[in-house]
Amino acid sequence: MGLLSLAIWMPIAFGVLLLVLGRDEQARSVRWIALIGAVASFLVTLPLYDGFKLGTAAMQFVEKTPWIERFNVNYHLGVDGISLWFVLLTAFINVVVVIAGWEVITRRVNQYMGAFLILSGLMIGVFCALDGLLFYVFFEATLIPMYLIIGIWGGPNKIYAAFKFFLYTLLGSLLMLIALIFLYTKSGGSFDLTTWYKLPLGGTTQTLLFFAFFAAFAVKVPMWPVHTWLPDVHVEAPTGGSAVLAAIMLKLGAYGFLRFSMPIAPDAAREWAWLMVALSLIAVIYVGLVALVQQDMKKLVAYSSVAHMGFVTLGFFIFNDLGVSGGLVQMIAHGFVSGAMFLSIGVLYDRVHSREIASYGGVVNTMPKFTAFALFFAMANCGLPATAGFVGEWMVILGAVKFNFWIGMAAASALIFGAAYTLWMFKRVYLGPVTNDDVKTLTDINAREFLMLALLAVAVLYMGIYPKPFTDVMGTSVAELLRHVALSKLN
Amino acid sequence: MIDKLSWISVYPEIVLLVMACVILLVDLGVKSARRNVTYVLTLLTLALVAFLSALYADAGTTVYGFGNMVVSDPMGNWLKCFAAVAVMITLVYGRPYAADRDMLRGGEMFTLSLFALLGMFTMISGNNFLIIYMGLELLTLSSYALVALRRDNATATEAAMKYFVLGALASGFLLYGLSMMYGATGSLDVNDVARAIATGQIKHQVLVFGLVFVVAGLAFKLGVVPFHMWIPDVYQGAPTAVTLMIGGAPKLAAFAIVIRLLVEGMLPLAIDWQQMLMVLAVGSLLVGNLAAIAQTNLKRMLAFSTISQMGFVLLGLMSGVINGNTMSSADAYGSSMFYVVTYVLTTLASFGVIMLLARDGFESEEIADFAGLNQRSPLYAAVMAVCLFSLAGIPPMVGFYAKLSVLQALIASGQAFHLGLAIFAVMMSLVGAFYYLRVVKVMYFDAPSSDHAISATTDVRVVLSVNGALVLVLGLVPGGLMTLCAHAIAQMMAP
Repeated sequence: MGLLSLAIWMPIAFGVLLLVLGRDEQARSVRWIALIGAVASFLVTLPLYDGFKLGTAAMQFVEKTPWIERFNVNYHLGVDGISLWFVLLTAFINVVVVIAGWEVITRRVNQYMGAFLILSGLMIGVFCALDGLLFYVFFEATLIPMYLIIGIWGGPNKIYAAFKFFLYTLLGSLLMLIALIFLYTKSGGSFDLTTWYKLPLGGTTQTLLFFAFFAAFAVKVPMWPVHTWLPDVHVEAPTGGSAVLAAIMLKLGAYGFLRFSMPIAPDAAREWAWLMVALSLIAVIYVGLVALVQQDMKKLVAYSSVAHMGFVTLGFFIFNDLGVSGGLVQMIAHGFVSGAMFLSIGVLYDRVHSREIASYGGVVNTMPKFTAFALFFAMANCGLPATAGFVGEWMVILGAVKFNFWIGMAAASALIFGAAYTLWMFKRVYLGPVTNDDVKTLTDINAREFLMLALLAVAVLYMGIYPKPFTDVMGTSVAELLRHVALSKLN
Repeated sequence: MIDKLSWISVYPEIVLLVMACVILLVDLGVKSARRNVTYVLTLLTLALVAFLSALYADAGTTVYGFGNMVVSDPMGNWLKCFAAVAVMITLVYGRPYAADRDMLRGGEMFTLSLFALLGMFTMISGNNFLIIYMGLELLTLSSYALVALRRDNATATEAAMKYFVLGALASGFLLYGLSMMYGATGSLDVNDVARAIATGQIKHQVLVFGLVFVVAGLAFKLGVVPFHMWIPDVYQGAPTAVTLMIGGAPKLAAFAIVIRLLVEGMLPLAIDWQQMLMVLAVGSLLVGNLAAIAQTNLKRMLAFSTISQMGFVLLGLMSGVINGNTMSSADAYGSSMFYVVTYVLTTLASFGVIMLLARDGFESEEIADFAGLNQRSPLYAAVMAVCLFSLAGIPPMVGFYAKLSVLQALIASGQAFHLGLAIFAVMMSLVGAFYYLRVVKVMYFDAPSSDHAISATTDVRVVLSVNGALVLVLGLVPGGLMTLCAHAIAQMMAP
């Protein structure tokens, strides 16, 4: 069994084990098994980074076996510079999420942990799949555990959120399914991505394909105007669910643009880039303003996620090295930072059971250690230099300026909104005098919470100070992608 | 003089007939309330028959017997094998349910089921209009009696009446259509009819006139719009064990006669019947999915869901012949066969859970009765959830691959119109996802409405778990069954 298979199936195997054997009476051992499973699944992804050969855009750690012969579908896995980091990121976030749910979840612990482990394996599968159908199966299968996570452990309006999440994303994916089958027919019976990359396609066909993929990926990212499901879902999802959703699931959509839309329909991608850039800028500026007026912390971070993902799609569709690499770095950074933001909100929510900004004030007086972390993550969210948030945004803005000064200017000015809503929220929640009894009785974070926030803080800091390992891995693959996209596939 | 090969080709039917009679007699001496001896004998018979059919199917030969009256080919034999297994599983799930409802005072449920299966076998093997019709009648007459088995229950009796009246009407349609065909072609033999039509000497209007009635009769049996009215009422009214007996295995037989009559018998008329099937498919997808949303009764909801699922089967059947070209027809019909087989597998498990939750004097039919099932029994909730996700077509459940292969057959035709149909079909399955998810929501997100312990006998527990697991496992490795269906159909289509 190859490393990638191990990275996919190990968490799933642990998850299934928990579902089958776990009982709430043995919640303690269930948690430990979940943690062992998550850590082991993370450890098996490390050799991927270690053994990754720089300087080639070819797929590495490739595994290929026939899966469904009738449709010529292969179990075809592989990673390149674009996907490698997401495999590690997913496995890492999974460990943090297991720690985050440790004492908080008391009902049906085995199902909670099992769902997250299975979800993690499925998402790694999405990043590794090199076969269209395999990708689709992983992509869609992630809906099931997430639906259950939101619906079982979510907030008061969880049912609405769970349905909105499932049906909204399914709508987009079904159109992509049609596109995949169409490509299968068009390519003479192959679901292989590399075959599709080489397939010449007419202009109208490319446009239709591009928009079919757009339906799936734009909803997942989410891009304005199909972002409305995200705030609703984030607010109701349990902390761990929000963290995984923001940190990894949104990236599935952005990743899809790079893996499907751009290389399969390059002419359409270039033709419609103006639309993508426009939508991204709206996300960055308008949604940033929307975030400013939110009363609910989770909603605020959700809108901030939409704005940050706007930077990612902006970077992708200006078609230069800095933009695409910057978008990818931003995706990883946002994975750490948004995960940390949601977990911080979770820490407060577990104590006070409110997400309203108005219920807090002066938290620094009772929780100094926690506030230090919160401040650090808030800074990272604003894109302060030396944090992970800075690198990606900086690269995207540089790329955008190269592409068109005014677009770069608009994107750069949006950073101000990012700083405004994040810092304003920080001020209202953490600073000032203690305003109510709930805050007065708060206890500072315990060792477990410290560990989980520290893990993320180290990652954010490391990436901010020394982003080279991240950008090195991407370089060749991004250059190759851009070279491919620049070639016309019109026949 | 009937040759030996003829006899060999109908061995499964002979075994079934003899054993049904033997079991009828043995049952006279059975005293136990749960009819253990009858039950075991029936299961053994079914296992033997399924095994025989699988052996025949695996041999891969096509044998015509009794002067072309019957045919034994891989497609038929696989369908027979699956039908026998489906009846077997139905009886395992249905026995405790029936025992609680006073339906096991005699062994009729078992013998009637065997005769119904014999009817299905005859339909599947029939290569002659009359043989097919005879099999259909044997199946439906047994089914009427099964529905009415709970004779002191008003709704069951009402359902039996409805089923009988509408079923008789449908049989009439079919028979009328077949007789028109006979009049036009001068033969009852499926192959002869095909040859006669292919000559092009026969007046087209007469053929199409007969064809309309044949398609209407088949549509009744498949339960597709606008001939679907009986499905919700009968599904809801019949005792659940019998609902499964009607909604499970017979779908395989119905598929077989669609293939025998339309594909083997009337392929030259494909351009005509494909249009009819398309209208039926669009109607079924629309009505089935939209009406299912409004249901509060789970059996009724599943009835409407069946209608929409059959719409998908028809989509596969109508994309076989493109502009007179039969190049891709084996793929298209193979995808429909895969769809039907996986649909039956999923239906079995979902009705199995419904029966399991029902107990003495209480039917667990309302969707609300499933509230909090995950807390009461994670295993059965998981089985039900897997089935519902499969019916909704979410990977990695097997139902996804069924939808995938049908959509592929549609899109492969290369017609813009078919592409539009495919988009319509996936939009309708999005609507479908809503009501399937609603049941998952009730099971997983709501608080339990009852804390009554769920007890299941060992046989039910084992079979139900395996059945549920299969829906998932076949989703992880769907290749084998897919290839099996494709080969079976390809062999049937080979000249």
